This record gives sequence, C-alpha cells and structure tokens, in this order.
Amino acid sequence: MQLRNKKMLCLPYSVFLVCFVLAPLFVIIYYALTNGEGRFTIENLTGFFGNPKTTGTLLYSLGIAVVTTSVCLLLAYPIAYILARGKLRHKSVVLMLFIMPMWINFTLRITALKEILTVIEGNLSFHPFLNTIIGMTYDFLPFMILPIYTTLLKIDKSLLEASSDLGADHVQTFFQVTLPLSVPGIISGIFMVFLPSMTNYVVLDMLYNSTYIMGSLIGAYFAAYDWHGGSMIALVLLAIILVFTLFTNRYADEDAGNSRGGVVSR
Amino acid sequence: MKLRRRMHRKMWKPALTIITAITTFSVCFTGNSRTAFAKSDDTIVLRVCNWEEYIDMGDWDEEERIMLDNGVTIFGENPLYKEFEDWYLETYGKRVRVEYSCFGTNEDLYNQLNLGDTYDLVCPSEYMIMKLMAEGRLEPYSEAFYDKSNECNFYINNVSPYIYKVMNENEIHGEQWSKYAAGYMWGITGVLYNPAKVTQDEASTWKIFEKEQFKRQVALKDNVRDSYFAALGILKADQLTEEAFQNAPDYAKRLEDEMNDTNLTTIAQAQELLERLMDNIYSLETDSGKADMVSGKIVADYQWSGDAVYAMDQADEDGLELRFSVPKEGANLWFDGWVMLKDGIGDDVLQKHAAEAFVNFMSRPDNAVRNMYYIGYTSSIAGAEGDDTVFEYINWCYGADESDTDTIEYPLGYFFSGSSGDENYIVTASLEQIDRQLYAQYPSQEVLKRTVVMRYFDEDTSKAINRMWINVRCFDINDVPFVVWLAVLAVFILLVRKICVKVK
Repeated sequence: MQLRNKKMLCLPYSVFLVCFVLAPLFVIIYYALTNGEGRFTIENLTGFFGNPKTTGTLLYSLGIAVVTTSVCLLLAYPIAYILARGKLRHKSVVLMLFIMPMWINFTLRITALKEILTVIEGNLSFHPFLNTIIGMTYDFLPFMILPIYTTLLKIDKSLLEASSDLGADHVQTFFQVTLPLSVPGIISGIFMVFLPSMTNYVVLDMLYNSTYIMGSLIGAYFAAYDWHGGSMIALVLLAIILVFTLFTNRYADEDAGNSRGGVVSR
Repeated sequence: MKLRRRMHRKMWKPALTIITAITTFSVCFTGNSRTAFAKSDDTIVLRVCNWEEYIDMGDWDEEERIMLDNGVTIFGENPLYKEFEDWYLETYGKRVRVEYSCFGTNEDLYNQLNLGDTYDLVCPSEYMIMKLMAEGRLEPYSEAFYDKSNECNFYINNVSPYIYKVMNENEIHGEQWSKYAAGYMWGITGVLYNPAKVTQDEASTWKIFEKEQFKRQVALKDNVRDSYFAALGILKADQLTEEAFQNAPDYAKRLEDEMNDTNLTTIAQAQELLERLMDNIYSLETDSGKADMVSGKIVADYQWSGDAVYAMDQADEDGLELRFSVPKEGANLWFDGWVMLKDGIGDDVLQKHAAEAFVNFMSRPDNAVRNMYYIGYTSSIAGAEGDDTVFEYINWCYGADESDTDTIEYPLGYFFSGSSGDENYIVTASLEQIDRQLYAQYPSQEVLKRTVVMRYFDEDTSKAINRMWINVRCFDINDVPFVVWLAVLAVFILLVRKICVKVK
C-alpha cells in the first residue's frame, strides 16, 4: 500500500509529461511525415536535405554552436579551475559574480550588450557572426562554468597528492589527473551550451544578424503555414540532439566510472 | 513641439510565432471547451480577437483628459470592450460578455483559426481578410448594419468616405470587401529618415535601400510582404516613375497590377535583389527600427506610418528630427478591419447582432478617438456630418498654436467629406509639420494616389514567395569557405580514428 502511494507521487509529472511533451512530439512526428493531404511522405525530409539553403542553415547553426561551445569552454575552464583550486578568500562572492547574470532576464542582458558592442564596433551589422558568438557566449558562459566547477571541486585531493608523490609536476598532474577527471563536467557543460546555441535565434535577432538559424527557420516555415516542412526541421533537430546525447553519454558514463574508481587508466 | 499621444503601442512580435504555435498545439487537445459553456443563461458571449495593444484599455491619468474645441471631452476609464458590455445592456437591454483575446501576427491568427480556435469577431489586415474571404470563412454584415437612418449604426454613419470607397472598389470573387469588413485602423508604408543624414530627394525612392552611400545604415522589415513590396519598388522604379506611366488615365489600376506582380521571373529577380540588399542593410527589423532611428544607428528605415509617427514623437523628445517620406514609385495602403467568422457566428442571430454592435461601438467618434490616442494609428472613422470630434482631435494634436507664425493649410476633405476641396476640413498646422507626424498619420490625397493595396497571395504564389524569402534569409551551403570544410574533415578523421582505437 505504501509503495503504491509513493508511486502516486509520480502522477502529476506523468500527466505533465504526456500532455506537454509526448503528445506534442507525436503531433510533430505526424506533421513531419505527412503532406498537405494527410498522406505519408518523406518529401519533407528530402526537401530539407536537397536544398542548399536549408542544409546551409543547418551548417550555419552547427558552426555557431561549435564556435560558441569552444569559446565558452576556453573561457570557463580556467575560471572554474581557479575558483575550485585557488586560495581565493571570497570564493563564494566570486562565484556569485559569475552566476548573477543568470538572474537577470536575458533579453535585457543582450540589449545591454548590444549597446556596449555598438560603442566598441561602431556599426554592428558589419560583423554579424562575431556578434552572435559574443552574444551566445555571454548568454551561456555560466552554464559552462558551473558544471566544470562542481566536478573539479569533487575531485579527491588525495589523487593529486598521489600524483605529486609519484613525481609528476603541476602540468603533468593537470593533464594526467585533473583534466581527465573533469571530463564529465565538461561534457555536461557542452551539453548545456551546444544545443541551445543552435536554436537561440533571439540572440541573432537582437544583435542584428538577419541570417536564419534552425530556430528561426522553423518559425519561418510555420509563418508560411508550412507545418509539415517546419515539423520536419524540428524532427531533424531532435535527431541531432539524440545522436549528440548518445555520443556524449557514452563518454560521460565511462569517465564517471573512472572518477568513481579513482584511477585513470592510460 | 507638443507631444500628444500616449506611448502605448501595438507590438509586432513575429519572434513569438513558434511559442504561439506550440501553445496552439495544446488547443488541439483541450478542444473547444469555451464554446460549450456560458450559453446556458441569456448572456450573449462574444469572442473577439484583436491585435495586441490595439484597443483603448482605459485607466487614463486625470491629466490625460482631452478637451476638444467642440466641447467633447475624451477620457478612457475602463477598457473599451468592457464599456461596450454596459452600452449594449443600456441600448438593447441584453447582457453580453466579451471574451477578449489577442494575436501577434496575421499568420498566427490564421494558424489559430485552423487549429480550431473559434472567434466571432477578429481584426486582421486587409490581405488576411482577402484570404479568409476567398476561403469563404467570413460572415457578411447584415443589411441593417448599413442602414444610415439608425442612429446606433455608428460605423456606416461615421466611416470615412475615402476608406469606404476603397473598400467598395476592392473585390474578391466579385464581392466587395465592404460587405464583409468594417475598417478599423489604416495607414501606408514609407521611408522614415533622418534629415540630417539623408536628403528628402534620397528618401523619396525605395532605391535608398540599395545605395552604397548608406551601406549598413538602412533597415528593411522582417516580413516577406513588406520586403517584397520594397523590392518591387526598386525593380520597377524606372517604369513606375516614368511620366507617361504616371499620367496614364488608368494609372491607379496599372500601378496596382505592377505592385502585385507575382510572376515567377519577378519573384526570382526580387530574390536576387533582396540577397544583394542583405549586404547593404543594417538589419531586418520589426520593432527595433524605431529605437535605432532615434539612437542614430540607422538613418533610414522602411516604416509603417503609425510606427513612423511613434518614432518621430520619440525623436522629438530627444531633440532629434525625423521625417517620413512616401516614395514616388508608390507605397502600400493597408487596413485592419473587423470581420465576422462563420465558424463563430453560425446562425446565431443574437450573436451576430452583438458583433455588429461591437463594431458600431468602436466606430463611435469619441471611442475612435480614444483608440487613436491609445494606439497611435489612424482610425477609419471620420465622423458623420455635424460631428467633428475626430477632426477636432486632429486639430488638438497638430493644429498650430498662436505662437506659430508660419503655418500651412493641410486639406483633409478627401478623408472627412469625400470632396478634396472641402473648406471645413483644413488643418492649419505649424510649418514644422511638413513631412512629419501629420503627413504620416493622415497622408495627403496626392500621396494616396500612388498607394496601392497589396493583394493576398494565392496558395501557389504564397509558396513561391515564402520559398524566395527563406532563400534570402538562409545561409547558402555553397558559401562555406573551403577552410571550414577542411577543418570539418580533419575533425571527422580524428574522431573516427579515436573510436577505432577504442574499439581495438
């Protein structure tokens, strides 16, 4: 009886899941695989991959995502490392400084960024790609710092001591011990930055980049009443996310195992 | 410079399309519970869907009270649709409850309707009205609605003869618009420019958007219809500005045909042009252009007249002068109008009566002024003979002060009485008004001669034009630099090798 009651606690979430996640998903799949007459077709799929413009958009979005993620990683890792390891006196205050922007509405932040960039660059429209990267990085950086910081914090100090006992210097310790152990944090950081930056077209809109990315392309299809094409793009995006998840999960699991075991096999 | 308009504004939010699409998905599943209930008692439920921020919501400050010279006082206390409920009860003795909701874009509204949302009365733009009309989804207004002898028929008694004429002249499948639609707000498109940086001559043509001189300093609209219109204006500029063309007896008809040209070759040319323009403009915008004009980021902007008025007001506050120009090639004349939907009204006579009464209530001159003050666009209502509330409001907004020594006479007879020379309807405005707010809000008759209504695109055309637009907006995979391909290849090889090593 008690067990059954506990199971009942899942009910609200399951209802939510079915109504707002699963059901719309099925609607999307239905629309993606049918044409205007409601008959099954894969034309939407071939249409997407057969058009240099839509595949170009996919690549452009991927490009933005890859560059944003790399920049975020390069910026975030040292910060997280210093925060986790450094002997800063007001560590929590510094950490707070990095998290605080997340509390401010992001359109507000981007608007502020727009003005700052205008002061620096003069005319924003000459560097749309660069501005987009800056905007995305600004927006997603905390999502990269936090997971890396937490993983670094959790690494057992004794492993580092063991490493130096065995004669490794700081650099060797970092590359042989710390970095591999922090991979799960990096992976979840990448996860939280890569996918949203592929579709977050509001940043592009606000920073005057008029090129479509995946998010805005779906919107354009819907505005043109082409539900089928739009749904297919959403599905393609979903497939990419799925592949990406499978790929990174493998990594994350492996390395999570490593950090539990405590020793890196090399 | 006096500033007499409320800083509330219609928001254009196409960015929200997806969100709306997602929320409307859920409508599929919840079904239409709203239709079912609330019909049990004798209260009539009227489901109205309007643009966001497109009706006076009341709650004015006391100092906002408008005292017009004809003795009428305008003051918004409650939302107009709420006041309608009281007025209806008083006038017709029946209870009506307005379920008021909003849409973001015409396309959103159309999607909502297709997903099963039911409304009785909606207020889309002219091309969406045409589309709905062509699809046979609109309920015509009843004969009684056009009966001028009924005092409560505010619409037919007060609508501007100019607007009414346009709505009579335009037909879909041989039926006049005026049978199905009642004008609410209207306006034109043009170029908003900064006279310190752009001469009037330069701003008087759509070609300003392709000028190297203004590289990255001009903005177009982020929607296919407006951008296509501007592209047509540029493509056909030479032909449209020819004297022989402009003086032809059937100029209006020919201009309309040219600006509604949707030949596949024209669309292809437009795509080529727009792709080129993308490298010359600052951005495609829907809402940000106004602020960017004021802050000086851009010097010229494709703009709707109502938004242009707003931007000019804002700039005036900042001590910057902006002006509005209507290109000589021709401009777009647009309307938003109330239409009744068959889906909602059905055979319900009471419901139809309430819907028509709603339109009439909105068309009462004092209410029209309230809406105009609140929204900032131009109402289609001019006022019946002897009721000069609307005209007095224009005077209140733009009329010259005693301190103004240089004044101009601006005739608006075409709008108010139908005869252009009518001496009763001449606004005496300050000389500063030339090419500014007054000119944008109430374009002169001369300007209106070169404006055309842009028809709706039928399904095939719509497909072709939307495809064209997506092509313009998308990044072409063929433009990817060779280096990037090399990098992708390198990463791919690395990954494969790493995986191979792991498998071993």
